[in-house]
Amino acid sequence: MAGVKPAVVVDLAGVVCPLPVLAASGGLAPGGGATLVDLRRLGGVVTRGLTLGPRRGGPTPRMAETPAGLLSWTGLQNPGVERFLLEDLPRLEQAGVPVVVSIAGSSVEEFLRLVGLLQHRPAIVALEVYLGAPDEERGRGRPFAARLDRAVEVVGAVARMSRLPVFAKLPYLEPDLVETARACVRAGAHGLTMIDGVPGLAVDADRLRPELASPIGLLSGPAIKPIALAAVHRVAQELPDVPIMGVGGVATGRDAVEFLLAGAWAVQVGTAMLVDPAAPVEIARGILAYLKEKQLESPAALRGRLRPPRGAP
Amino acid sequence: MKRIRAEILSVRRLGVYHTLTIVAPEVAERARPGQFLSVAMPPDRVFLLRRHFSIHQASRRGGWAGTLEFAVESQGSGTEWLAEARPHQFLDVIGPLGTAFAYPARLTNCLLVCEGRGGAPISFLAQELRARGKRVDMLIGGETQDHVFKPIEAKRIAQTIRVATADGSMGDRGSVADLLPEMVEATGAQVIYAAGPREMLRRVAGFCVERRIPSQVVVEERMACGMGQCFTCVVPVARKDGSGYDHLRACVEGPVFNPARILWDRWMGEVAEPAPTPPEGFPVVRSWPG
Repeated sequence: MAGVKPAVVVDLAGVVCPLPVLAASGGLAPGGGATLVDLRRLGGVVTRGLTLGPRRGGPTPRMAETPAGLLSWTGLQNPGVERFLLEDLPRLEQAGVPVVVSIAGSSVEEFLRLVGLLQHRPAIVALEVYLGAPDEERGRGRPFAARLDRAVEVVGAVARMSRLPVFAKLPYLEPDLVETARACVRAGAHGLTMIDGVPGLAVDADRLRPELASPIGLLSGPAIKPIALAAVHRVAQELPDVPIMGVGGVATGRDAVEFLLAGAWAVQVGTAMLVDPAAPVEIARGILAYLKEKQLESPAALRGRLRPPRGAP
Repeated sequence: MKRIRAEILSVRRLGVYHTLTIVAPEVAERARPGQFLSVAMPPDRVFLLRRHFSIHQASRRGGWAGTLEFAVESQGSGTEWLAEARPHQFLDVIGPLGTAFAYPARLTNCLLVCEGRGGAPISFLAQELRARGKRVDMLIGGETQDHVFKPIEAKRIAQTIRVATADGSMGDRGSVADLLPEMVEATGAQVIYAAGPREMLRRVAGFCVERRIPSQVVVEERMACGMGQCFTCVVPVARKDGSGYDHLRACVEGPVFNPARILWDRWMGEVAEPAPTPPEGFPVVRSWPG
């Protein structure tokens, strides 16, 4: 039977993406490399983490290449919501691609003011609450995700106010990943994005200095794929009805399929887009080829289809 | 900006550099001095970011029409692979990227200063300036004579040239910046262009500000994508209205900047500033894996 023609549209419980592959936060900026990809062939674009006012970010060096990965931290450099609405959003609107805005407040109030300014624009289909953002209000600059009560507070406040579906972006948290994920959903999160970059340090032994000025950065790229898969797998088993966007080291169609099998509903591509802005198009093509090969009708048919390990009871 | 599959025509070794000539008509047509290329690494290796190179030559006419040349200084896994590349191999190339040097409209005497691989964009600029009827004088240097980029070609293009190397193996011992006052005096330079290490560029900047000589420099900063997406390659640049500074991307707003507006102390990490909170402090690993 060669009659199966897979559909690639994914429905993240109401958030419909034309393809199951989105640009992750920080993977794409309007202009520049974005001109090398037909944005209509992406499932969506997640923006850089936005703050209320413009952020200049930290000093350089901001990046180092590590084995199969990129270690980086910009200090949340972004133009601020006002300039985003004036300059960046219209370009994405014009391209006709679903936009997910990543919001990265430093206090609950800042998150809420961001929601107020963003939620009436039709091109924006969802908000992503960046829980890796430093909590300057109660957390002494540690990420919101580091404290369950703060994560719940911010996600809950945003979800109550927002007319748009809210995704909570989580890091790999030990030992409370599932608990945090569940608490975010109870607080009103529509879905989850997992995972954020993994904290890392690169050392320049010649100069006896850290490679990055921050000096800790977030590791992204294929190096963190197994960590991200573990996170998606664990949470998807506990919360099978919650849409999960898998992110972390997706560079090929095969990688994306692995995330779907582990329980993701869609994937986001970040670091791979820095090498090839059109990577998501290739990745979507790879998913389609896999579906055809396995005679499956849609990406949803792969979700959580991972079998128990050999020899399991 | 175009993305193309470009065939390598030739690879030549020059001191510590390898210059690669590639067939890239769509890029060569638009390329101007100061701009750069990015080259993808082979996909069969461990994931590597693209590598970035100043454009050294773009031929639009004649037998070499449609070709581009860039110089590789092998310093690690990606650049070593490129240095070993062979003719007829294909590269995934994006370019031209970034801003280009501006040519002076009226002023005629141009002094071009470079050290190390900074010579690649500078010699491209020298030719373009000559083609516009400008007087070009050059100050070139590097750590050793092997690091001095194409001195013979420089001699052919420039009216006069001075060379300086850190170890004294070619020309004067020291930095090209040491020779700036004499050279400006001797050539009547009205505009200065420079490319090379930060320490040298900073001295050029200081000199130009003091003498009120208009100048432009090409900067290098660690860069992940080269296309404006990652915001890692930023340079602190003072705003025109004096109301502070911005972090501008060397790949989109640069790599050519007015050095008088770069905050050198800050860029070179000499200003103790409260950096924004780094992403530390999580996860708290109590059991692993869970």
